[in-house]
Amino acid sequence: MTEPTSSLAKLVQVFETGAHVTAAGFLDGAPVLALGDGAVLLGEPGAQTRLAAHPSGAILAAVSDAKLLATGGDDGRVVAIAPDGAMREIAHEKGRWIDALAMRSGAMAWAAGREVRARDSAGAVKTYVAPTTARGLCFLPKGYRLALAHYNGVLLWFPNVAAEPAFLEWKGSHLDVVVSPDGRFVVTSMQENTLHGWRISDARNMRMSGYPRKSRSLSWSHDGQWLATSGADACIVWPFRDKDGPMGKAPRECGVRAAKVSQVAFHPRTLVVAVGYEDGFILLCRLADAAEILVREPKPGDGAVTALAWDAIGARLAFGLDSGGAGLLTLPS
Amino acid sequence: MNDANPLSTARASSTQDKIPVTVLTGYLGAGKTTLLNRILSEPHGRKYAVIVNEFGEIGIDNELVVGADEEVFEMNNGCICCTVRGDLIRIIEGLMKRKGSFDAIIVETTGLADPAPVAQTFFVDQDVQNLARLDAVVTVADAKWLAARLRDAPEAKNQIAFADVIVLNKTDLVSPAELREVEARIRAINPYAKLHRAVRCNVAIADVLERNAFDLDRIMEIEPDFLEVDDHDHDHHDHGHGHHDHDHAHTHGLKHYHDEHMQSISLRLDGDVDPNKFMPWINELTQTQGANILRCKGIVAFVDEPKRFVFQGVHMMLDGEVQREWKAGEKRGSKVVFIGRDLKEEEIRKGFLACAA
Repeated sequence: MTEPTSSLAKLVQVFETGAHVTAAGFLDGAPVLALGDGAVLLGEPGAQTRLAAHPSGAILAAVSDAKLLATGGDDGRVVAIAPDGAMREIAHEKGRWIDALAMRSGAMAWAAGREVRARDSAGAVKTYVAPTTARGLCFLPKGYRLALAHYNGVLLWFPNVAAEPAFLEWKGSHLDVVVSPDGRFVVTSMQENTLHGWRISDARNMRMSGYPRKSRSLSWSHDGQWLATSGADACIVWPFRDKDGPMGKAPRECGVRAAKVSQVAFHPRTLVVAVGYEDGFILLCRLADAAEILVREPKPGDGAVTALAWDAIGARLAFGLDSGGAGLLTLPS
Repeated sequence: MNDANPLSTARASSTQDKIPVTVLTGYLGAGKTTLLNRILSEPHGRKYAVIVNEFGEIGIDNELVVGADEEVFEMNNGCICCTVRGDLIRIIEGLMKRKGSFDAIIVETTGLADPAPVAQTFFVDQDVQNLARLDAVVTVADAKWLAARLRDAPEAKNQIAFADVIVLNKTDLVSPAELREVEARIRAINPYAKLHRAVRCNVAIADVLERNAFDLDRIMEIEPDFLEVDDHDHDHHDHGHGHHDHDHAHTHGLKHYHDEHMQSISLRLDGDVDPNKFMPWINELTQTQGANILRCKGIVAFVDEPKRFVFQGVHMMLDGEVQREWKAGEKRGSKVVFIGRDLKEEEIRKGFLACAA
């Protein structure tokens, strides 16, 4: 293990959430956390508003695009939260859990078991029934098209087109799904501690294996050339610059420690990745030289880092833990 | 388990703060929902998260009830019987976001379900293992119809073979002779499960929940349950939970049935066992015949090892550890039991006896 030479820990404002942190984000620059007790914590540390987004439930998934936070709960509801704290129920799937969500340019998608719904910015909802439970959802960067991960592959669905979705097949249980910012590659995390990818143009398969755990946190670099991943004793970063993606190339490793990486988040403007670990430790790593800066040292009783998010300009980093701790790092200007 | 993870003599210690998970099985109409409603309505002060397949049958409010889809997936590890419940992994992951709001999980399976994928989920998935532990497989059986189902429904036989606890329900609908008959049929398949007679599932909660049946530390005795009844003056029938027939003549006049396809094998070896022979043997046996072995467990005395080695398995998956010391005056010896389909008894017996030190 290499000790970080410098620390930003003094620039972190810490606070307690009282519940598991499901996701972090920023709304109009203000930090927002979605919690396992159904609440959303919005605003600056010390001046936060606690919003009862899912009063009798837990927030299982949340996504944000700087203007809106969408939360999915085990109460079957999808709720959209605006920067002013206004909440709006987008959907209510009675008796189901909403644990997969996606959002892009005002469009939203959620899954309730096998039923996947896409809602365009005008509010029109289309439904597709997947062959098995849809575990991961992600909009493609161009056009109104959704990738949905399920058992044995990924479907690429145009909600406004009647044709059957394109099917990228690979045996096994696919969990999370991401699409590269240039729209060339689809990558899923799998039950078997591996990632699987496809080049969309020719459905060519890519296997990215060797993880000791499931890799459940995937983050693209701002230039789209790198994919940072969790699930190992370091942040594993795969190169996606070339036409073949990472095939035949070794991934970079940064932030090697004697603990598993649980969350990763690439900085929105530079090749720096925030890395959170299962013991509550957080580092910033620079990809070029693997230089490390400490953000947070764990305390006894800390759980895993379960949420990490940069604001739009990369000046602040919000994080949250399984055990309810949370914080906000403000980088020196 | 797959080749990458065979049984070894070392195992990471388990933590006790994991959420216990009870798997409730039983053929259609046996009374699973009755038992579930009974558990939930008792004033036990515990809060249960309940994973069901059909909504609307649970008559209790204020409980965390989750609908499941019973999606059984094959793992990509080259092992055909290595199936898991994908939906269960997802649900347990979600439940842990509200950790603290419940004490235990009950999974109700459909009447036609094989319990193995549920149990195997706890052997295969690391995240599930970190958060929850399999407590016991509880099977509700219909005293009047079980014998017929054992003939025509392989699912019903699997559920009996797999059980740690069997609630023999609707005993008021059969005569004492019929009851003895059905119990003998159950024992022909699974002599090790705790058997409780019941009317409208009136068993004590403590008899079905938090049994620690999969806890290696609790595999103290693996004697057939009916022998224990003989030895211990029927004590496990004396919880005061039932008004059932206390005719215990069956414990002495028990008919011995032999089920054609499902049976149990119990093997004993006095003296010590060579771990360098035993470990390859048990790994090889479960790898090659795991599809037919539903459950196995054992307590083994290894040469020069002051502690007992205990293990258990579900199909090809094994879990074992060196556990407590052999007590002074306790006879060192090894015993293994298998419950399964068309087991090659002689081959298994010879293989085990060849492990003697």
